[in-house]
Amino acid sequence: MTAAFPPSTGGSDSSPAPTPGPVATHPALAVWSAIQPFVVLFVVVATFWLYGQVQRPDSPFLSSPRMATIAKQTAIVGMGALGMTVIIISGGIDLSAGAILALASVALAKTLADGMSPGMAVLVTLLLGCAAGVLNGLLVTGLRLVPFIVTLGNMLVFRGLAEQLARQQKITVEHSPSWIASLLDTPPVGSYRLMATGAWLVVLLAAIASLVMRYTIFGRHVYAIGSNEATARLCGVSVPRTKVIVYAIGGLFMAMAGIYSFSDLNSQGDPGAGLGLELDIIAAVVIGGGSLSGGRGSLLGSIIGALTMTTLRSGCVYVGVSDPIQKIIIGAIIIAAVSIDQLTQRRRRG
Amino acid sequence: MSEVTKSFGATRALSGVSFSVERGQIRALIGENGAGKSTLMKILAGVHRPDSGQMAVDGKPFAPRQAVDALRAGVAMIYQELNLAPHLSVEANIMLGQERRHAGWLRGRDNRRVARDALARLSQSDISLDAPVGQLPIAKQQLVEIARALASQARILVFDEPTSSLTETDTARLFAVMRDLRSTGLGIVYISHFLEEVAKIADVYTVLRDGRRVAEGQLTDATSADLARAMVGREITELFPHAPHEAGGPLLELTALSGADLPKGVDLTVRRGEIFGLAGLVGAGRSELVRAIYGLNAVRSGRVHVVRVGPAGHSPRASIARGVGFVSEDRKEEGLALGLSIADNLTLTNLGPYSRLGLLRLPKRRAAVAEWMARMECKAAGPEQTIGELSGGNQQKIAIARLLHQQADLLLLDEPTRGIDIGAKAQIYRLIGALAAEGKTIVFVSSYLPELMNVCDRIGVMCRGRLREIRNASDWTEERIMHVATGAAANENPHRTKVP
Repeated sequence: MTAAFPPSTGGSDSSPAPTPGPVATHPALAVWSAIQPFVVLFVVVATFWLYGQVQRPDSPFLSSPRMATIAKQTAIVGMGALGMTVIIISGGIDLSAGAILALASVALAKTLADGMSPGMAVLVTLLLGCAAGVLNGLLVTGLRLVPFIVTLGNMLVFRGLAEQLARQQKITVEHSPSWIASLLDTPPVGSYRLMATGAWLVVLLAAIASLVMRYTIFGRHVYAIGSNEATARLCGVSVPRTKVIVYAIGGLFMAMAGIYSFSDLNSQGDPGAGLGLELDIIAAVVIGGGSLSGGRGSLLGSIIGALTMTTLRSGCVYVGVSDPIQKIIIGAIIIAAVSIDQLTQRRRRG
Repeated sequence: MSEVTKSFGATRALSGVSFSVERGQIRALIGENGAGKSTLMKILAGVHRPDSGQMAVDGKPFAPRQAVDALRAGVAMIYQELNLAPHLSVEANIMLGQERRHAGWLRGRDNRRVARDALARLSQSDISLDAPVGQLPIAKQQLVEIARALASQARILVFDEPTSSLTETDTARLFAVMRDLRSTGLGIVYISHFLEEVAKIADVYTVLRDGRRVAEGQLTDATSADLARAMVGREITELFPHAPHEAGGPLLELTALSGADLPKGVDLTVRRGEIFGLAGLVGAGRSELVRAIYGLNAVRSGRVHVVRVGPAGHSPRASIARGVGFVSEDRKEEGLALGLSIADNLTLTNLGPYSRLGLLRLPKRRAAVAEWMARMECKAAGPEQTIGELSGGNQQKIAIARLLHQQADLLLLDEPTRGIDIGAKAQIYRLIGALAAEGKTIVFVSSYLPELMNVCDRIGVMCRGRLREIRNASDWTEERIMHVATGAAANENPHRTKVP
């Protein structure tokens, strides 16, 4: 359908349309499935903006401090969502994500407090996250267990390790280097940076990861495994190796999120950090168009999904909705967003 | 492949089987289920290793240890259940596992060129490289899979029942592709149940029975009857045993029945003790019609009436209570719960006789199920065996036994003989005849015309949702049925429906 037709020479534009190809996909639906996360986000933002225009004209919803705060809060979930997206595309899931975050934040605090150089401490933290992911991957492939069970178990294992490492206390680092401490600091109003360094880093990593998923053999094999693992194996894809790498990447991104959390808590390593965060992350991926049965998902979509979740939270505070009601609203919106997506998917196939 | 033997425990699945395929040749490999075809396939594909015997490709020893090895040696399998990643594009599927690469990055243009060339060799340049494979029709998906084999420089293609889910037209197209490939020097192994197709496409044949090679030769020297005899080990006339039965008064009456999309305005009366066949192409609305009768598909307008019971229910539950039973065409996904036992599958619709105060009396049920299994000649370890472990034929016997167990008077059988071997088919034909003789009414949907014409009393042919023409089975010819089913007859006499 992408063939370029030669420019029409005069009045011969009444030639019959080319016979439709074997794919009976309505182009509008294909486009819709790509932009749906954006539409959902737009609707959410527009709703709160309208509310502000009517109810609180003195304090509009889209003020730059609020947007900077949203960007900062999105950074943690968004960072985790990047790793989770790759895992979900491969047909897996990582319930230990929040625990890896806590483990990483404690490890960073501990190494810094013990006087390790900041660069080295960050490296150790990232490697630790990576190792946690590799363990997930090895258990999934080696024992042939479903990822749900493996990561459910490791959720407790990693959380326990974090608590053990921190001796069940929060570890505060007195002289944490400023580039770590200010990772999520909102730049002053009017600054050319617009949002926190950490938020920019998420955008950069999302772009890199998108390229990798689209233009490398690895990326394509991840999609293939999620779409039909038996076929991938038959075609000579090294399924175990690819899966281990996938979970390692997941762990790496969660460790990054752990560093963010450390920074966010004013240079504190908290073994209780990120409790239940994996569910927010999974929700972000799913709102962004990821399919829990694998084969489908987009990194950009997941970031938009994370942004949607944060905007909802921030908007509910802005409107003054109580915490319980906020939970109900967010839950309902997750279900609504995914069912709209399912509906269009079904329409595309039918 | 020579003198290949493979045993599983005490069962010898293959004993001393040899066969060869030459360049530019299509060899048919035929045999009933359990004859050893799948074991042979799995050895070729490297899933199993032979206990003894050698294999060679182009004179080089060939001993695949996993699927990839076979592929690398130039042997590609096209399985019955397609092996494609539905979310990925056509190009990604063709190049999967053999991507042209540069330091881990995809070489987009090279990949597209190889994929395009492979499709061009199949004369399928109209398939878009970027279309997600899951959205292509099944016949096109199969071609994508063949293209993948071509892109891997395969020299031997092994097709396992490639036509089982294709329409006649698509089958003809596939055969044209296979002939093209043969002329370019590929060796093709064609595994099939359908003897008519084998006669059409293959040059030479090998028949397996009970793990042994029982016949081999040129197809020009063999008739379908010869092949069938070699497969079954007995005369083909036993295939369609005739049980005398007499049709009584009307039982099922359909008036202008229309579904959500299909069927469209179907009028039909089926009588007690009658076997009524429904013929038509895939998508003609045959399945939709029986599903609407059973209450699985929504009825938009019209009426389903079961005589002396009243209007049929609008749900399977209500239909079962009214003596209507249904066997799904999709045995694996819908017809049976493959992970459950024979007993569970057989009694799922009617647990009443075995329960007291809501508790199941399992010993009583086990005894009853054992009786049913004996009556249905179902070969299995016992009532508690998981049904997924049985052969297709034995599974289907249980699926039909379920209807009898729920005391159905009207049996709606949607492709009941699909994917089962000739021996089991013959048993099912005999059973259908016996049921009609008992006064049960059978509606028999099938795409396999010989069975419809030999088993049914009357046959109705559907086309585009409408029931075009009904005649006594003896008044039809296969040509005439195809003529009506393809819509060619629609303009001649659109409303001819003859009810005796």
